[in-house]
Amino acid sequence: MTTSSNLLWLIALPLFSSAILILSGKRANSWGHVLATIVSASSFTIGVVEFFAMHGRSDANRAVTQKIFTWISVGSLNVDASLMLDQLSICFVLLITGVGTLIHVYSISYMSHDHDRRRFFAYLNFFIASMLLLVLGDSYLNLYVGWEGVGLASYLLIGFWNQKPAYATAAKKAFIANRIGDVGLSIAIMIAFATFGDVSFAGIKEHADEASSTQLTAIGLMLLLAACGKSAQFPLQSWLGDAMAGPTPVSALIHAATMVTAGVYLITRSNFIFDEAPIAQLMVLVVGGITLLFGAVIGMAKDDIKKALAASTMSQIGYMILATGLGPIGYAFAIMHLLTHGFFKASMFLGAGSVMHGMKDEVNMRKFGGIGKFMPFTALTFGLGYLAIIGVPPFSGFYSKDKITETAFNAGGIKGIALGMATLLGAVITAFYMTRVVILTFFGNERWGHKDEPAESPALMLIPIGLLSIGSIAAGFIFSKGDGLVNWLQPVVNPLKEHHAEEFLPPIIVSLMTLVAVMIGLTVAILKYRGDQVAQAPEKVSVLVSAARRDLFQDEFNEAAFMRPGQSLIKILLNLDYILIDGLVRSVAATSLSAGVRLRTLQTGYVRSYALMMVIGALALVTTIWVVTA
Amino acid sequence: MSLDNYLYLSAILFTIGAVGVVVRRNAIVVFMCVELMLNAANLTLVTFSRINGTLDGQVIAFFTMVVAACEVVVGLAIIVTIYRSRRSVSVDDASLLKQ
Repeated sequence: MTTSSNLLWLIALPLFSSAILILSGKRANSWGHVLATIVSASSFTIGVVEFFAMHGRSDANRAVTQKIFTWISVGSLNVDASLMLDQLSICFVLLITGVGTLIHVYSISYMSHDHDRRRFFAYLNFFIASMLLLVLGDSYLNLYVGWEGVGLASYLLIGFWNQKPAYATAAKKAFIANRIGDVGLSIAIMIAFATFGDVSFAGIKEHADEASSTQLTAIGLMLLLAACGKSAQFPLQSWLGDAMAGPTPVSALIHAATMVTAGVYLITRSNFIFDEAPIAQLMVLVVGGITLLFGAVIGMAKDDIKKALAASTMSQIGYMILATGLGPIGYAFAIMHLLTHGFFKASMFLGAGSVMHGMKDEVNMRKFGGIGKFMPFTALTFGLGYLAIIGVPPFSGFYSKDKITETAFNAGGIKGIALGMATLLGAVITAFYMTRVVILTFFGNERWGHKDEPAESPALMLIPIGLLSIGSIAAGFIFSKGDGLVNWLQPVVNPLKEHHAEEFLPPIIVSLMTLVAVMIGLTVAILKYRGDQVAQAPEKVSVLVSAARRDLFQDEFNEAAFMRPGQSLIKILLNLDYILIDGLVRSVAATSLSAGVRLRTLQTGYVRSYALMMVIGALALVTTIWVVTA
Repeated sequence: MSLDNYLYLSAILFTIGAVGVVVRRNAIVVFMCVELMLNAANLTLVTFSRINGTLDGQVIAFFTMVVAACEVVVGLAIIVTIYRSRRSVSVDDASLLKQ
């Protein structure tokens, strides 16, 4: 396998820069953001250089590795801190550093009024470094370090404005939900080590067929739990909506384009485990299917533009997870959707940030309306992202989502039909709620209620949005041209070159069905939201709407099912501790105290009584010796 | 005469001494009883020395006498000091070592 010394720099540059920004304090206020952006761009440049170098090599020699140092060497456990860049990770490297750099540029302007901008950029760079480590690590343990790093970065950035208690709480909520997933990952690593005696991807891949199906299923389910936590999938999805408390560039980068897709990466990277564990794979499908509908339903009722987009992110990642559950053929489409989603969702989030910028940080779409004519560029780019996400050809979302629907139908039997219908239903709802967002924000009557007209954002914010929009227009076409991405990823995710023996439906029929689904959702939304709206959310709504507004009771469920029983359990344990453990210790103390009080009365001060005791003692001693020896 | 009688005598002397220490209040008498116990022990040592035909017991008896002499000096000094401060040599009066 080829080695390369560039991989370390990919990670080291943003990591150093983050440390410099944190350590140099206020002195770096004037140039910190510039350094951070340059560093991120440098990482992107290295990524591009590596990509072309990789492209020039033959399929078998494309992966490059770099050993940094021997990390753990105890008995049979040998883990190197080493990096591996293959066809799969290069996609992520380019996405992370590319979108990351654009968002750095955007943030320079977006955060310019924040006195803590330097700290923000330090965290962003730290995030880039951690995320790169996550996708470049060549073993589960290396991945785990990056996994925890992005969790920390996410926590720091959601709670960036932690002077507001609600935001700090949102950060904690995200951290705790992620932690549950992290436990899953660590258990998966432990089972993998117990089973294979190795934690590296290559080592486990080689021996995957030697393990029992129970072990593989256990590893697979634990990895799925990890993916659920990080990617906000059912049942650990509740944190993503609140994570919108973070600054909008963070929502775009971490909670839409990159970090939340780490679960998809994890499952795709672990394809050798899931392909051998049908039960785990079925669970992946179930989780993906539920989440794609769950997120979409929530998205229909949200009035907060960022939360609507967050629900949409959840739903789109549901699509990706569903695709990864479809086996070797699905992985490439999951990654394709991940990449196109990275472009269009980041561009829409940045567009939402631009709208908020113009609307004095208002996020309630009921108080938007008619912004399109005041912010034409934002409206145009948001519109392109919108066309991409609902899947209108030839925009990027069409290619990736259509492929997932097609592959779902081809899964065969009732499973295939159920999954295919779920993706189609998801497409209907996606078209509905995204149309709703666009109409409420950019069209209709002006409902913002203040005199100042919203002004278009500065060029530094618009240029990144524009570049991302190009991605949301063209990415799907480029990736699917001649099955480019599928063939590129095939050695990693589908080494046996599996393909569907027979198609359930001809691709053209599936595409038409998807388009019909989109048209239904779009038409219903236009009919419902045409004409003038009021700035208040209707209060008399159906049970379904109020349920969706409250995130389908996910918080209430977590509270009732986990938090309260957890608290009761803690109370019981606390009482047990107080009565049993403490009681034991206290009774020892009380016994020796009372014994002391009683024994004290023996101390009369009379010499003769002491003497008598000595005599009695001596007699007792002599008697004992006499009895024992006789 | 059997040597056992010496042992009986010393046992009787020791018991008298021990009872005296416990029963009597006068410090001087208590002290004399202590001496009686010491000498009973000496007698035992010497008797066993005779029984075994070795000199070890007699040598130890000498040591005991030396130690007893020192003890008498210290003990009497304490008693005299107590008498000076309390005008009494009753051991029950010197009972400050309680609680």
